[in-house]
Amino acid sequence: MITARGLGRDFGTKRVLRDIDFEVPRGGFLLVTGPNGSGKSTLLSLCAGLLVPTSGELAVEAERGEIGYLAHEPLLYRELTALENLDLYGRLYRVPERRERIGMLLERFGLWEARRERVGSLSRGTAQRLALCRALLHGPRLLLFDEPYSGLDDAAARLLDDELGSLAGERTFVVATHAPQRVESLATAALSLA
Amino acid sequence: MTFLGDVLVLARKDLLLELRSRDTVPAMLLFVVSTLVVFHFALPSDASATAETGLLWVALLFTALLGLVRAFVAEREERILDGLVLAPCDRSAIWLGKVIGVMAFLVAAEVVALPAYALFFRPVGWELVAAVALADVGLAAVGTLLAAMAAAGRARELLLPLLFLPLVIPIVVGGVGASATDDPGRYLAFLGLYDAVFAILSWASFEYVVTE
Amino acid sequence: MNTSLRNNQNVVLAAAAGCLLLAGTALAFYWVPNAPIEGFRQRIFYFHVPIALTAYACFGWAAWKALRLLWTRERRYDLESYTAVHMGVIFGILTLVTGSIWARTSWGHWWVWGSRQLVLFLVLFLFYAAYFMLRYSVEPGPRRANMSAVYALFGVALIPISFLAIRLAEDLVHPVVFTHDVQSKLTGSQLLTFLVCLVGMLSLAGSLYVNELTGKRLDARLRELREALQ
Repeated sequence: MITARGLGRDFGTKRVLRDIDFEVPRGGFLLVTGPNGSGKSTLLSLCAGLLVPTSGELAVEAERGEIGYLAHEPLLYRELTALENLDLYGRLYRVPERRERIGMLLERFGLWEARRERVGSLSRGTAQRLALCRALLHGPRLLLFDEPYSGLDDAAARLLDDELGSLAGERTFVVATHAPQRVESLATAALSLA
Repeated sequence: MTFLGDVLVLARKDLLLELRSRDTVPAMLLFVVSTLVVFHFALPSDASATAETGLLWVALLFTALLGLVRAFVAEREERILDGLVLAPCDRSAIWLGKVIGVMAFLVAAEVVALPAYALFFRPVGWELVAAVALADVGLAAVGTLLAAMAAAGRARELLLPLLFLPLVIPIVVGGVGASATDDPGRYLAFLGLYDAVFAILSWASFEYVVTE
Repeated sequence: MNTSLRNNQNVVLAAAAGCLLLAGTALAFYWVPNAPIEGFRQRIFYFHVPIALTAYACFGWAAWKALRLLWTRERRYDLESYTAVHMGVIFGILTLVTGSIWARTSWGHWWVWGSRQLVLFLVLFLFYAAYFMLRYSVEPGPRRANMSAVYALFGVALIPISFLAIRLAEDLVHPVVFTHDVQSKLTGSQLLTFLVCLVGMLSLAGSLYVNELTGKRLDARLRELREALQ
């Protein structure tokens, strides 16, 4: 589903990624590790199509509406409520049975009570859970997660473990994380950016 | 139809955000009235109609700039633009939705500015209102595109006026001409031409400004 | 990368520019008879108008390269478009300078708002100067290339619209419209001189363009090689 050959990305004169090769088959799970600044976020942005490679090749067999992207930032409007944010994304991503799906996701991640609160007033962990809902909302085939566990408490982290466990195998994953031990069992391949 | 649907969803979102935070429109209102007052002191007492009209247009231009500088702030700061760009909708829908929002802000500012101008300086005729309406389209269309460009760079508050002002000189000519001469039709037609050309250009090229 | 062809191209262009401009200057100052009304000072027309037309050509070329960039997404067009804008701005400044000199000799002022050419070039200069500000403030990369290309396309649309606006503005501000007494038809000798100067200026622009482009490409290649060695 994703094929990278000699992939490289520069920002101005700074070379962030250099000569990366990997392949992720359909249903695969690529675990990306590396220290801060090694280009994990850049790699995910490249796979999402937000950035284009400046050298090498990258082929991603997924349409725009089939990608679920979780970045460092939650990608949510701070002045809108959780419900309004998800509704906006739901409409733009043409999610069928939008209201039901939003309700189900909010419940699954324990956000139902907070649904009418402004995102700006949510704690970091709650916002992260909401961002997960946003990424999963349209049932994407390819999931690109950048540090999905950051800010999550144990209960929420276990929720995420369950979610990943149930989806791995049928969906394709690329996950960059500082806590690889949580997803090691699911990973079919690993890439270390050092 | 989904294109229009997306546009309306996005426009509604911008208006809702402004209603909640209420920071851009009140600032624009206060700014335009303050500017008109400053102009009173800057003009000699026997200033011509053209001079006074001209300064109104300058005030409107800079008020528009004030609103446009804030146009993509949330999308850039929170990187929400990435989320919008990844959606399967047409990227120009983002542009058009934002244009509608910007136009709403401009109209709100003008609803205060034009009566203030009539109060402080001289009466406002239908030609001026028509010219302002046409100019709003051009200002919003071009301004939104340039605001997206400026938002990607450093010093965006400095960059946007530099990009914006040369491009909107024709709007000033059209606007002042429509309200200060005997043949407003020609200038209004010119504003219409400007709107058509630059709205189409902005629509077509927005995609390239927000993607790589 | 075969640079010999490009070197040849450059040498030919530079030689052509040199010869044509030398010939054109000689023609303009010594051969062509004085213009009936304006007299000797009209001769700057043979420089001013070709320079202006060359500037337009550069901006048009930049817009074409910009369109190619957006169409094919090939990165090399970014440098080509940028260099063309650079040339356009240089010739634009020259247009303003020669136009100002002509205004001074014709009407006694270094600047006249009534001259359509001068005002148009002033607006274009501001526009394309902002192009450089845009490039300066965005990080080099595909995003900057895209934005610069879009901006260059806007510039080309701005040229006719600005010209219309300036014409309309004349009725507004009622200045005395300053037009040079250029006869509607140029005589044979005038036409020849003009064409020689025009082709000379275009060759000059072309030569500078190829020169700068090659230089920048070599810089980029050098940087790439340095990176690869690290």
